[in-house]
Amino acid sequence: MNQRTPLIIFALVMAAIPFIPGVPPFWIVLLNNIGLAALVAMGLVLLTGVGGLTSFGQAAFCGFGAYTTAVLTTAYGVSPWLTLPLSLVVSGIAAVLLGIVTVRLSGHYLPLGTIAWGIGLFYLFSKLEFLGRNDGISGIPPLSIGNFRMLDPGTIYFAIWIAVLVSALLTMNLLDSRTGRAIRALRRGHVAGEAFGVQTPRAKLLVFVYAAVLAGLSGWLYAHFQRAANPTPFGAHAGIEYLFIAVVGGAGYVWGAVLGAGIVVILKEILQSYLPYIFGGQSQLETIVFGILLVVLLQLAPTGVWPWLMSRLPIQPGRKMPDASLPLATPVRAQASSAVLLQIEKARKQFGGVIAVNDVSFDVQAREIVALIGPNGAGKSTTFNLITGVLTTTGGTISVLGNKVDNAPPQEVVKLGVARTFQHVKLVPDMTVLENVAIGAHLRGSAGAISSMLRLDRADEAKLLAEAARQIERVGLGDQIDQLAGSLSLGQQRIVEIARALCVDPLLLLLDEPAAGLRHLEKQRLAALLRQLRDGGMSVLLVEHDMGFVMDLADRIVVLDFGTKIAEGTPDAIKTNPDVIKAYLGATA
Amino acid sequence: MNTTIMLFLLQDGITNGAIYALLGLALVLVFAVTRVILIPQGEFVTFGALSYAMLATGQVPGTAKLAMAMGVVAFGLDLFEARRSLRPRRVARAFALNIALPAAILALTYGLAGPKTPIAVNIALSLLIVAAIGLFLYRIAFQPIAHTSVLVLLIASVGCHLALQGLGLVFFGAEGLRGPALSNTALTIGPLRFTGQSLAVYGLTVAFIVALWLFFGFTLMGKALRATAVNRLGARLVGIRTTLSGQIAFLLASIIGAISGILIVPITTLYYDTGFLIGLKGFIAAIIGGLVSYPLTAVAALLVGSVEAFSSFYASNFKEVIVFTLILPVLVLRSLAAPAVEEEKD
Repeated sequence: MNQRTPLIIFALVMAAIPFIPGVPPFWIVLLNNIGLAALVAMGLVLLTGVGGLTSFGQAAFCGFGAYTTAVLTTAYGVSPWLTLPLSLVVSGIAAVLLGIVTVRLSGHYLPLGTIAWGIGLFYLFSKLEFLGRNDGISGIPPLSIGNFRMLDPGTIYFAIWIAVLVSALLTMNLLDSRTGRAIRALRRGHVAGEAFGVQTPRAKLLVFVYAAVLAGLSGWLYAHFQRAANPTPFGAHAGIEYLFIAVVGGAGYVWGAVLGAGIVVILKEILQSYLPYIFGGQSQLETIVFGILLVVLLQLAPTGVWPWLMSRLPIQPGRKMPDASLPLATPVRAQASSAVLLQIEKARKQFGGVIAVNDVSFDVQAREIVALIGPNGAGKSTTFNLITGVLTTTGGTISVLGNKVDNAPPQEVVKLGVARTFQHVKLVPDMTVLENVAIGAHLRGSAGAISSMLRLDRADEAKLLAEAARQIERVGLGDQIDQLAGSLSLGQQRIVEIARALCVDPLLLLLDEPAAGLRHLEKQRLAALLRQLRDGGMSVLLVEHDMGFVMDLADRIVVLDFGTKIAEGTPDAIKTNPDVIKAYLGATA
Repeated sequence: MNTTIMLFLLQDGITNGAIYALLGLALVLVFAVTRVILIPQGEFVTFGALSYAMLATGQVPGTAKLAMAMGVVAFGLDLFEARRSLRPRRVARAFALNIALPAAILALTYGLAGPKTPIAVNIALSLLIVAAIGLFLYRIAFQPIAHTSVLVLLIASVGCHLALQGLGLVFFGAEGLRGPALSNTALTIGPLRFTGQSLAVYGLTVAFIVALWLFFGFTLMGKALRATAVNRLGARLVGIRTTLSGQIAFLLASIIGAISGILIVPITTLYYDTGFLIGLKGFIAAIIGGLVSYPLTAVAALLVGSVEAFSSFYASNFKEVIVFTLILPVLVLRSLAAPAVEEEKD
């Protein structure tokens, strides 16, 4: 089934509805409200469901959109079409300013922060003289094309739903792209994305602004639909309701926004019109029932209605397989000024009084497999984090091919050709293996958000996916390429991480316990792969606890204990080294 | 400006701030233990205050019946959950907590309510009612989804807020109510007059902060609650009943909310929907306090109260704007000091 077919059918159905004889005009008004809410919720899908940034303040961005056009059209007589870009720009600028402050907040500060400025802005709208205070602004001109004025709900209906469909299409295009993968990786934390060059603060700001612009668009349409703007629809309760819509529909799904908007708007309407008959005139009953229904719904389907519906569909949408023959250019790297691939000199890391890495020095030469071993808490993973820029060193120098990397951010370290895997697997479980691995090639593509939305990125994108497919084939997971990463065994997930790292086309591969969770045969296959990589010119530095695996594979071994290097040498020398035996067994054996 | 006005504003700010501090403390408490951002905290305030005000006029507030109804639902949920092992003892316990307790509160309320009921009895009744509502709210709305993400809990919390606020309108009407003062004594120091009411506000706030600090720092139950907050699974593995922790957190939060309400309802008129804004100001304090630190939250709450008092004097139109944007500089500071460590989400 073509991915576009359902969208076209939906568009045709929506286009046909106003022409069906006997459709009550009131339904059209409802559909307009659904469309307006869906636009805002779609932004929230991207922001909250996909990017993991919860915002209660979206209604305020609608307010920016609505008030911009209201002021400009009524006070200055500007044409509504001219105010459209201005409304979007004003919402966008407001989002940049608030976003710089808020998106860097971690976890729960973010939603709370958005509640606070959402309410602050609501009161600002209702107190400012030129926005008409609590009464707002009325007499906003309708949208018009030539002499055709969109006065009634039936005509602006088309403007609203074209906006919804176009936004949905652009949003889906964005998600299915290089930038989209970076956004989708945000929710699982920033370390994994940054290790492959993703600028996470910029990606967060991008979704924040994108969501705000969609809300601004909804506000602009709202102003010309209602022909008036007052503060009420842009307050805290509205902001909360938009978030609701996104969660009810299914916070990770673009169409969930439309479905959620439909469910919530219609439900509220039904409650408002029928409850008074049943219970006799008590106003506010609908909020009570609405609140209770919401809690019940969340208990029954915490992930939302859309994924629940999709999992019951008889036909699952197919995916196009990448053409693995497309070549991807090798990345351009900084000039080498030393033959030593990785040189660590007196690297030191202190956490308060604890010295996790104590003046450790070692090197990795080209075409060499070096193992870093030591008991738990020896500082192995910390050393990895120092090399890749996740942590900053307290002292000492680290250089790759003679270029010092001291305290460069991870995004810069990966550009030098250093790629890594993680001790605790950091994949995006609801993305396919292919998409996860393609994140590794992030820096080898160049398409930005706008070209992705407009599908101008397809040539670039096809090459990235081809490279990802090749690396998946190389590590032997070709059969799993289309599965969700979260459905794989832990051992396989580690291998996916290796494929992702290989997409960097690295000079040095850092593997943190790659063999943990693998079965014997899988370990042998992994060892063969690593040897093959070395013979192909790559170097590998690995942390591993399986001594059989390490002794068989490594050319050289560095042993850490309590943050200090206690030995270095060939596997045979290490096996008999009394200090190493003492560190592992606790006493002279 | 002269010193007297400044002192008055400061006094006003500190009184309000103390209330925000109490609410901020409750929010931090609930969040730390259950990861629920308790939007309905404001409803605990209005329910407590307006139940007290209604009892003072001799009427039985609808909240008592609500507690009973929620108890029945909670009992149903308990039975349904334990349907495979319905041992008499278990059923009896669920019955005692969910049916007998609210029934007793309802009966007490009907029995004691009257125009001549002493203030202390009215306070006790309001506290009992709201405490039961808080307890059952956790059982009904949050316990079944305790394992889900903060976002889902937050949305559920919003749902509870809407339902409870709507019920507030049904119970108390759209007209605001005021309650009788707790005491009519007053104390005059220089130009300032301290009413018994405001002294009670200060005293109770300080008492709660100290009590919470002692509870979480020095008792086994307090430590168990903190352990639940950090790692639910880990806490269960060492034998802490995480459900119980959640119930205790909600119980404490609802009592704190109701007390705050009873403290302010003699000072200002409260409406069924006033709680939301008061609760949000508690939030601001809690956020400034970083959702973890009780003393910092208390200090922040005093700051919020003072800023509110001063801005209502100088720019009363923009009072709310100023209070709510107060958070922006704090957020900027927090984002500059953003922690480098990765947090595991979901």
